[in-house]
Amino acid sequence: MSNKYSFLSLIKNAFSHHENWGKAWKDPEPKKEYEAVIVGGGGHGLATAYYLAKKHNMKNIAVIEKGWIGGGNTGRNTTIIRSNYLWDASAGLYDHALKIWENLSQELNYNVMFSQRGVMNLAHNLQDVRDLKRRTHANRLNGIDAVYLNTDQVKKFCPIINTSPYIRYPVLGGTLQKRAGTARHDAVAWGYARGADSMGVDIIQNCEVKGIKRNGDKVDGIETTKGFIKTNKIGVVAAGHSSVIADMAGLRLPLESKPLQALVSEPVKPIIDTVVMSNAVHAYVSQSDKGELVIGAGTDDYISYSQKGSHEIVEGTLNAILELYPIFSRMRMLRQWGGIVDICPDASPIISKTSIKGLYFNCGWGTGGFKATPGSGDLFAHTIANDEPHKLNAAFNINRFISGDLVDEHGAAAVAH
Amino acid sequence: MNKNLRVKRGKIIDETYRISFQFNGKTYYGFQGDTLASALLANDVHLVARSFKYHRPRGIMTAGSEEPNAIVQLHDNSDRTEPNVRATEIEIYEGLVASSQNCWPTVNFDVGGINNFLSPLLPAGFYYKTFMWPASFWEKYEYFIRKSAGLGKSPTKPDPDVYEHRYIHCDVLIIGSGISGIIAAKISAKNGFKTLLVEEKPNLGGSTIYQNSDHFKINNQNSGSWLEKEINEIKKLKNLEIKTRTSVAAYHGYNFLLARENLTDHLPIEQRKDKTRHRLLKIRAKKVISATGSIERPMIFDNNDRPGILLSSSIKRYADLFGVACGEKNILFTNNDSAYETAISLIQKGINIEAIIDIREEVDSKLVYEVEKNNIKIFKGFTVTDTSGYKRINRISIMQLSKDGQKVIGSKINLFCDCLGISGGWTPAVHLFTQSGGKLKFRDEDQTFIPDNCPSDQLNIGACNGDLTLDEILSNVPQVLKNFLNIKNTEYANLDIISSTNKSKRNIWLLPSDKILGKTKSFVDFQNDATAKDIKLALREGFRSIEHVKRYTTTGMGTDQGKLGNMHALGIISETADAKMGELGTTTFRPPYTPLTFGTIVGRNVREFFDVFRKTPIHEWHTDNKAEFENVGQWKRAWYYPKNDEDMHQAVQRESKAARESAGILDASTLGKIDIQGTDASEFLNRVYTNAWSKLAVGKCRYGLMLNEDGMVYDDGVTTRLDENHYIMTTTTGGAANVMGKLEDYLQTEWPELDVYLTSVTDHFATISVCGPNSKKIISQVIPDLDCSDKNFPHMSFKNAKIGKINCRVMRISFTGEHSYEINIQANYGKSVWEKCMEAGNDYNITPYGTETMHLLRAEKGFIIVGQDTDATMTPIDLQMDWIVSKKKYDFIGKRSLYRSDTIREDRKQLVGLLTEDPNEVLEEGAQIVADISKSPIEMLGHITSSYYSPNLKKSIALGVVRGGKNMIGQKLMIPMENKNINVTVADPVFLDKENKRLNA
Amino acid sequence: MFIINCPFCGERDQSEFKAGGEAHIIRPKQPTELSDDEWAEYLFMRKNIKGVQFERWNHIHGCRKWFNLVRDTSNDEIKAVYKMDEKPPTY
Repeated sequence: MSNKYSFLSLIKNAFSHHENWGKAWKDPEPKKEYEAVIVGGGGHGLATAYYLAKKHNMKNIAVIEKGWIGGGNTGRNTTIIRSNYLWDASAGLYDHALKIWENLSQELNYNVMFSQRGVMNLAHNLQDVRDLKRRTHANRLNGIDAVYLNTDQVKKFCPIINTSPYIRYPVLGGTLQKRAGTARHDAVAWGYARGADSMGVDIIQNCEVKGIKRNGDKVDGIETTKGFIKTNKIGVVAAGHSSVIADMAGLRLPLESKPLQALVSEPVKPIIDTVVMSNAVHAYVSQSDKGELVIGAGTDDYISYSQKGSHEIVEGTLNAILELYPIFSRMRMLRQWGGIVDICPDASPIISKTSIKGLYFNCGWGTGGFKATPGSGDLFAHTIANDEPHKLNAAFNINRFISGDLVDEHGAAAVAH
Repeated sequence: MNKNLRVKRGKIIDETYRISFQFNGKTYYGFQGDTLASALLANDVHLVARSFKYHRPRGIMTAGSEEPNAIVQLHDNSDRTEPNVRATEIEIYEGLVASSQNCWPTVNFDVGGINNFLSPLLPAGFYYKTFMWPASFWEKYEYFIRKSAGLGKSPTKPDPDVYEHRYIHCDVLIIGSGISGIIAAKISAKNGFKTLLVEEKPNLGGSTIYQNSDHFKINNQNSGSWLEKEINEIKKLKNLEIKTRTSVAAYHGYNFLLARENLTDHLPIEQRKDKTRHRLLKIRAKKVISATGSIERPMIFDNNDRPGILLSSSIKRYADLFGVACGEKNILFTNNDSAYETAISLIQKGINIEAIIDIREEVDSKLVYEVEKNNIKIFKGFTVTDTSGYKRINRISIMQLSKDGQKVIGSKINLFCDCLGISGGWTPAVHLFTQSGGKLKFRDEDQTFIPDNCPSDQLNIGACNGDLTLDEILSNVPQVLKNFLNIKNTEYANLDIISSTNKSKRNIWLLPSDKILGKTKSFVDFQNDATAKDIKLALREGFRSIEHVKRYTTTGMGTDQGKLGNMHALGIISETADAKMGELGTTTFRPPYTPLTFGTIVGRNVREFFDVFRKTPIHEWHTDNKAEFENVGQWKRAWYYPKNDEDMHQAVQRESKAARESAGILDASTLGKIDIQGTDASEFLNRVYTNAWSKLAVGKCRYGLMLNEDGMVYDDGVTTRLDENHYIMTTTTGGAANVMGKLEDYLQTEWPELDVYLTSVTDHFATISVCGPNSKKIISQVIPDLDCSDKNFPHMSFKNAKIGKINCRVMRISFTGEHSYEINIQANYGKSVWEKCMEAGNDYNITPYGTETMHLLRAEKGFIIVGQDTDATMTPIDLQMDWIVSKKKYDFIGKRSLYRSDTIREDRKQLVGLLTEDPNEVLEEGAQIVADISKSPIEMLGHITSSYYSPNLKKSIALGVVRGGKNMIGQKLMIPMENKNINVTVADPVFLDKENKRLNA
Repeated sequence: MFIINCPFCGERDQSEFKAGGEAHIIRPKQPTELSDDEWAEYLFMRKNIKGVQFERWNHIHGCRKWFNLVRDTSNDEIKAVYKMDEKPPTY
């Protein structure tokens, strides 16, 4: 890499007033033909290109992005990274990603600020307790470092949580994964872009897909706003817009695209040093290195591509935040925003070949795709390069919706009786 | 002793009402009407804060919500503490305590100030390039980064204040009470529209209200006085509601807006008790008129951030409105005429002006001539190249600008000052407009973005629409309002207007310096310390889009959301990248316009109002009898009834023994109940349940299992045929609302031809279940007329009965495996019937039991609980309940899915019983089940879904799902716990009374 | 938050309604005749349109009636509402 980043290079460049830094990535016009084209310049798409170049020696490839790289869900999510999933297939997938996260800054020579500050999931009713224990046991046997905490241990790990037994839905316990944490979302996109670019990948921004050209049951190329690009392999990683691209190829996917919102508070000095998630009252919170409380809200129930959700969702989320953290009542919301998440019926992703040869989809990450970025890119690259899934993503085949072999990660339904 | 910079005639200051307050531990005085900023300025305090990254000393820069620098902590360490409060917005009150934040030990001497000297090592995005070695050290670096980041301190105590919501529906909402907003309010209200006018400041009138110059006259009065009369008139209009201290935070689609009405923040703390602090207004307006004005732009030059540098218009506002001089040696620096309005105000007030630096070379303007007449030195065609003064500006350097404005020429002149007013022109406040989905267009002549297309019924008027002069406003506003409100005339048709109309401006986004850019600090985002060279660095590194530059440099991401600097960032990008401003677009303005307190958003929905408590009609009895409760959905259900000092285990053992040995009583009122009527009711049940219903006789009950269309178990319950065309269905407690919704969905959308009517009657009935060998005796005593013989009232049947004069329904159904009755009675009689049962059962040791005992009793019988023994992956076949799936029925919800390639697999997970080798070892619910622990990874076959110690069987029992489990009865498996492995044997899930003899015992 | 013109109750706030996804997916009359592929089409595959979408809504905190709605999902503009048994408008 011509521009290796380090403390020494910072000092060196300080003498020339930082006027000699090179471009983190080039901005080329598309070539006429590529070995493979990745549609979607988010974290997953850029990671896919990076691993195609790095591990599969496919260097004549392009990532095309409708807007600017990392501008979709990559730059809009609450950056939670964990791998404490229930089912073996999910645990395998997300822990594969987590292991890559642990050395990603060094691998990319770009500080993605992966911070293993731990993620705690709280239980608020007896069924939550059963479900979290079930998950913790499964995690342990799958080699994932999750432990179950009782209420006192929860309080000890995060003292600002209101663990009073008299609140509406008292905290009955929780799980903790210490290797889990957060990362700097933009850096992930930029770091992969810089890494892919340095190996010759063309990153083409402001280039929208207009059509997918087929030759019988094979792909032949892609129509874009910057002209036709010939290629035999197209990997689509377009998140909320996956169905739109699928439609161009005459496919339907089991996806619905819904608004998901998030918000941050004004920055304050450190007050919460871990990530706390509560499914039952729906409140996710962590604190960024800048000092903002980063809070994830829920999805609306209707399909929308407007990147806007309803106020009720934000209000409901903050209700839950104040239930668990009454001290935040006088904190202020600085910014709120929405993204478009593509949700599968079983709340698990699709990383799969399709009925059209040379057309691959990586989608359906719903509300939690960021954490999987490196693993998703690695496995999708494998699938594209070999025209065959890796064993870690075999279960995330699109055909599972036909056979019924779903990977249901909704967690158990609400307790009955 | 501080200087007193108060000059007479502050328009909104009541000098008879002196207020004391504390800042950084020192007591100061101000007057009623002051903001914290104006009061500090009056005391000659400029240094109030330190910046985010470099910890540079910072002062008060503006007089409004756009303030980037002067943010303080209020009431540190008290329960009303609040971080990041803008000194320019908070009104002082007796006892106010404010302190500087982000500095240690003090704002005067801040150790973090060393960052300023390290700044060559801290360019934009430096953290992406370093802190990577050694790999394991990031979290140590991060610890220090986090400590030095953040601004104020989070509160650490619960909030003593209350907040509330109010819904407002109006014909016309007007945002902003400057001259445009006042005119709009008058026209709207006078024409019969129900109108709401909101203003973020405590006073109406915007910036015109203190306009007291001969250059701005309406009907021969100065414009401030004219507006004051208008305001007095509109206050009398009955169609008009006026709300001050009310800031619109968000403008959503369909004209739904959120505004915060601030009710107590300006009052002394002791007067706030029992008052609502903020009210969140949820406004639905048929039409919205935005008159949000404009925000003055700073100028971007080296060291443009020192305390004592203010926006020129703010200096005017402090002088006119608060009677405060921001300095004794004032210099103004401008590229347009606005600074001359400030100069004229200062001259009128007798405040000294040293000089005006105007980057324009020639100006033909009445305002400029008037200032010149007052012998004030104007440096035309000059620019400020640098400033000095660490904690307060004391000198500026100026040089002449080249013709093209690209560089400075000639020699440097130093001028001494203690205050510099900067004026870079105006940016229309289009934030709310773009939030609503409005698209902007770029106006080249003054380099502004102004509203173009809007998606909802709204209108932008005045400065926020790009009409920046008085005559433009007064001629345009009445005209566009006529069309917008569809009215014929306004009273503003023939105003006699005198207005300074010179709009000439020389726009240079980044002013040149005699130093190279790399050696300058020209701040674009003051709070986050993003400079012009940071923006250029981002561009050099390939960050081309405005969103990339924003994120890489953090420009516009402070608590002011870039209200001052965003345009300059765009301008610098446009110049550097040679792209047109209009094509670059802006970054997205995200709600809220100004930060909104969480408490305000949440309103009253806190603590006991966080979520509804659903209580059964018998709830009071349970609390009187010391029940512990379990949350099941929104319901509070009695969990167990500890006696003396029993723990849960002991109570459950006692309760479950009593239920099996004599009599138990359970409050089952929370079960969902759906009344189903119509000639096709039987057919409907055939379609929604897996089993057949047509042949169920009137007066009989049947258990049913409901699937999702994907074949997975969704809900279960007993349904009773009350009459030929009348059923009552019960559902699980948690599933009631969903089942009702699902049934309505199918009925209305898939099977509209069916004659069926559904009514949710969950809350209408209390349900009391009495079980055990003595239940028959107890029921006979409570309902003497009921024939309880097994022949006439067998298991799974129903009878209408009366308790006294009150009708009730009695079902003989059992979830415990015991002889059992369920009384359903109008809810308000629930408690007294319960008490009757208790009384009748007294001789039989009738024992109330809660959900925990219920769970144990049903587990002994192998009855499932949907949601506990099932998740969304279990079919009825997996539950070994093949018997309930009709083979004859052509179709029912979910049937087709049972025959997919995966659902017909023999080795799916199936529900089985599990017995531990050690009968006293109770398994943990959720524990995993394996066959072999020698191989890694250990293959998990399933998990424990329910597990109890059964006092009736005197051993531990468990239910679980195991891959291929139905063919594994008798096989040994293992439960690997953290510290041990527990041996178990697969068993039949029915542990007790397989022959169902107890049902008729 | 939208305002939805319930065909039975008139204009109401979105918070009174529940969305029910794509409209005009008819439950197969003879599911047993379908292949796994065809059944999966009905069960899971969705158009998920960006643009004008016909969709189902339920006035759950009102009359509890289901009805259809035409909405542009790219900007959430509601174009029409119609009852379940009415012919869909053309867009």
